[in-house]
Amino acid sequence: MSENSLAIRKFSDLANPTRFLALAGRVLPWFAGLTVLLFAIGLYLSFTTEGDYQQGETVRIMYVHVPAAWLSMMCYSVMALSALGTLVWRHPLADVAVRAAAPIGASFTFLALVTGSLWGKPMWGTWWVWDARLTSVFVLFLMYLGLIALNRAMDEPGKAAKVSAVLILVGFVNIPIIKFSVEWWNTLHQPASVLRLGGSAIDPEFLAPLLVMAVAFTMLFFTLHIAAMRNEIWRRRVTSMRRQAARSAGREV
Amino acid sequence: MMTHTAYVAASYGIAVVTVLALVLWVWTDGRARRRELQALDEAGIRRRSVQAGEAQ
Repeated sequence: MSENSLAIRKFSDLANPTRFLALAGRVLPWFAGLTVLLFAIGLYLSFTTEGDYQQGETVRIMYVHVPAAWLSMMCYSVMALSALGTLVWRHPLADVAVRAAAPIGASFTFLALVTGSLWGKPMWGTWWVWDARLTSVFVLFLMYLGLIALNRAMDEPGKAAKVSAVLILVGFVNIPIIKFSVEWWNTLHQPASVLRLGGSAIDPEFLAPLLVMAVAFTMLFFTLHIAAMRNEIWRRRVTSMRRQAARSAGREV
Repeated sequence: MMTHTAYVAASYGIAVVTVLALVLWVWTDGRARRRELQALDEAGIRRRSVQAGEAQ
């Protein structure tokens, strides 16, 4: 067998939903356990580290707000990669990944918006401003809701997969806009302070809980995403088996 | 006027509720699907690939 066809076979092995189900069953307990452990450490650090000399206690909102905001963008990026998988490779799991990720992404975006608002009121003096960062994240939230609605509105999964894949890729333009909005425009929202040229501008006292919480949220995302993908595969199997049963029942009559 | 602690408590409260709702949704969805698959299996309806495997 040539090396090339071996590589293709390995790739299609990964695309096998049955194999995915077996793998999901094996990794999910570990992922869930690790998520709980990381949240325990993260929450402990969040409430035992010192408050900020200017912001006081409200700095603790950062440990939820920033990871939720990162995850809202990462989830959309995962969906964009899956959309490529649907359109380019017709990977059978790609659309399953998109469908499972959308409600999770919408929840994280909602969390980023609400906690941002709760942080904005005491620190900026306002719950909301229509500046570039806040508006672009709000647009991301609307896109998630639109994708969920679109997927539910279309009966044929194959057609829904293609339409939402195109829409996701077009909407991906919003992700760099969110990331760089604080540099391109004059915003009330502060510019990046963790991932930036010249190193992090955050004191280690705040950086440790922030990073642990970010990893915890990331693990939470992957745990929920794999579990939701498994549910989606089961849902499709139930539908196709019912259809198959109805067809054979029709033939017997 | 809310105190700073109230803003922190509200943020963490909403985060906990959102995450728990997500976990609960995925959990109950999975249980319902598993039950449907079991009901189909008990009714003797299996996937074609499984049937082919049994015939061999």
